[in-house]
Amino acid sequence: MPVTVSRLRIPPEQAVGPIDLLPTETLKGVYRMMFLIREFETVVNHLFLRGRVPGTIHLCRGQEATLVGTMVALDKEDRITLTHRGHGQALAKGVDPAGLLAELMGRAGGVCRGMGGSLHVGDWSVGALPAIAIVGASSPIATGLALAAKRQGTGRVTCNFFGDGTASKGELHEAMNLAAVWELPVVFLCENNVYAATTHISEYMKNEYVSERAAAYRMPGVSVYGNDPLAVYEAVKVAVDQARAGGGPSLVECLTYRRDGHKRDDPAAYRDDREVEAWLKTDPIPAFRNRLREESGVLQEELAAIEASVEDELIAAQGFAHQSPYPDVQQRLSYVYA
Amino acid sequence: MSMPDLTTAPPAVRVGGNRTLTIVEAMREALREEMAAEDRVFVMGEDIVVGGAFLVTLGLAEDMGVDRVLNTPISENGFLGLAIGAAIEGLRPVVDMQYGDFLFTAADQLIQQASKLRYMSGGQVKIPLVLQLPTGASGRGAQHANSMESYFFGLPGIKIVTPSNPYDAKGLLKSSIRDDNVVLFIVHKHLYGSRGRALQHEQTSVGEVPGEEYLVPIGVGKVIEEGQDITVVANNVVLHHALNAASRLEGEGISVEVIDPRTLVPFDIDLVIESVEKTNRLLIVEENPARGGWGPWVISEVIRRAFYSIDAPIARLAANDTPIPFSPPLERASVPTEERIVEAIRQVIHG
Ligand SMILES: Cc1ncc(C[n+]2csc(CCOP(=O)(O)OP(=O)(O)O)c2C)c(N)n1
Ligand SMILES: [Mg+2]
Repeated sequence: MPVTVSRLRIPPEQAVGPIDLLPTETLKGVYRMMFLIREFETVVNHLFLRGRVPGTIHLCRGQEATLVGTMVALDKEDRITLTHRGHGQALAKGVDPAGLLAELMGRAGGVCRGMGGSLHVGDWSVGALPAIAIVGASSPIATGLALAAKRQGTGRVTCNFFGDGTASKGELHEAMNLAAVWELPVVFLCENNVYAATTHISEYMKNEYVSERAAAYRMPGVSVYGNDPLAVYEAVKVAVDQARAGGGPSLVECLTYRRDGHKRDDPAAYRDDREVEAWLKTDPIPAFRNRLREESGVLQEELAAIEASVEDELIAAQGFAHQSPYPDVQQRLSYVYA
Repeated sequence: MSMPDLTTAPPAVRVGGNRTLTIVEAMREALREEMAAEDRVFVMGEDIVVGGAFLVTLGLAEDMGVDRVLNTPISENGFLGLAIGAAIEGLRPVVDMQYGDFLFTAADQLIQQASKLRYMSGGQVKIPLVLQLPTGASGRGAQHANSMESYFFGLPGIKIVTPSNPYDAKGLLKSSIRDDNVVLFIVHKHLYGSRGRALQHEQTSVGEVPGEEYLVPIGVGKVIEEGQDITVVANNVVLHHALNAASRLEGEGISVEVIDPRTLVPFDIDLVIESVEKTNRLLIVEENPARGGWGPWVISEVIRRAFYSIDAPIARLAANDTPIPFSPPLERASVPTEERIVEAIRQVIHG
């Protein structure tokens, strides 16, 4: 009998992490970053529709809790590799929003000097390797960063972001096996948003969860609710601690959802209404905001002040990006060789 | 900063009885006709049930069934190998690679397996397989901008087709599906013009397609514009820039003959030689990095076979020997444009 997998993937219930995992000040920082990512993406979408962001964009609205929860579990010196849906990964790791926006607009002030664009954002000085847009290709590279950490004794952990769709790429599996066999300090972090572009997860995978595959490499594999930053933090922290202590890799799968289409002009009409409705109700930003008010006693005014400071930061970022010139065309001949 | 050159293409002419289609619609018709005529033909690739990245397969799954329009996991190496196996057993797969750039993750299956299995087996097996590869610089950064031709022009054992308009795209895709070999079907992304911002390029991708069935044979080039003073050989999207350049230069009294090779392997070199023997001058335009591509091979053939017909140094325009940069002004500076073609032609003519 062939195995059947569920077609309806609705959010797991009551799966939030305990609020006292982190001090209140840190929680406020988590909220600020989640809100910053959301608003940044909204600005990007706005500028894209006005023709100011060329090319293509993949927005991460809806996945903020996964990104920020993961990043809180990492140290500043740790490394991440980014995906094609990388704006939020970059921001959460500490990439400057102004330089990021300028990059998306192809300007000289961009974090990659305008050479990369939306698909290749990153800032190595904060440990965010400029994004790799060929899915699966980052996993072996992340494993190499981890090998270097082990050899050089830096104590760094590498977090390899990838999507549920990317779980079908052989490169990821080769990397997981290598990391397991050599006990490398890497966390394979799956942002499971139910779709590989337009294709539903049940169409390309017989597993209910991507994390089931960790067992094949004898590494820990867990699936957590990805729309609560504390649930994510709790799971990723275990994986990071294990990696840093020399215990080797883990796979953490965060169950989340895209609030937008796959890219720029995708209305995502291929999605099941019940699924969309169930997930849209679990917007991580208002949900975490409520938790902060109700469970941590953070005041409405404090949250409003955080939100206002994010808006100010983004106004400044837009000013910077728009004033930044296009690079000199001669720059196209640079950076080919070291 | 000037506007992208692509918007300056002249509007298509309407010819009675024919239909005006986009390249995408023409390719979709070819798939539909070949699938209807031959049950062994099937299509597979990522997201193709809803039409694929450029909507080439839109509606095909509904009409032909999801067992003949297969949505694959993101496993290019896996499904290309699978297609080779299916082809050996007599099926006729058309693999939609979404973007040609992703073919590199399946490089072994193409370079070591598909192109060599027939040869190594002393002709025991054949592999009728078509790979659809959207290609070229289109504002998406270095990893979605590769010009596939330069990587595979030198690979023995495969054919390479690069149509530049809907008529050729339909006729050549039908011929490719009927061919018993591995065919790379390469179309520049700017020619798809089917979606969102790509609409600004629609003028270059629209053209006349007859209602009745026809084929365009693989390996036959075409003189698109007749001229006396110089031969320009260009394919894919840069052909359109060359045609625009030719009409601009008419006013200066320069008569340009424009040739679209349409197929790179096999290449209709006789057509180019004949033309050069008439015009005595040659410019080649391609989007491949200057160190790669098909132009150098064409030039070596022209020198070998028509050396004494050549009156001026042979010229070639290609992309920079760099990855394609993201920033739009830098990208435009990296690839051949109408403006650069005009200058290059003047240079060859006036020295
Ligand atoms: C090797 C490769 N194949 C195909 C693509 C085209 N592509 C870009 S994103 C994507 C879907 C990826 O799905 P997933 O891994 O779930 O990430 P998500 O987009 O959901 O964040 C595809 C097919 C690619 N970039 N690289
Ligand atoms: Mg996904």
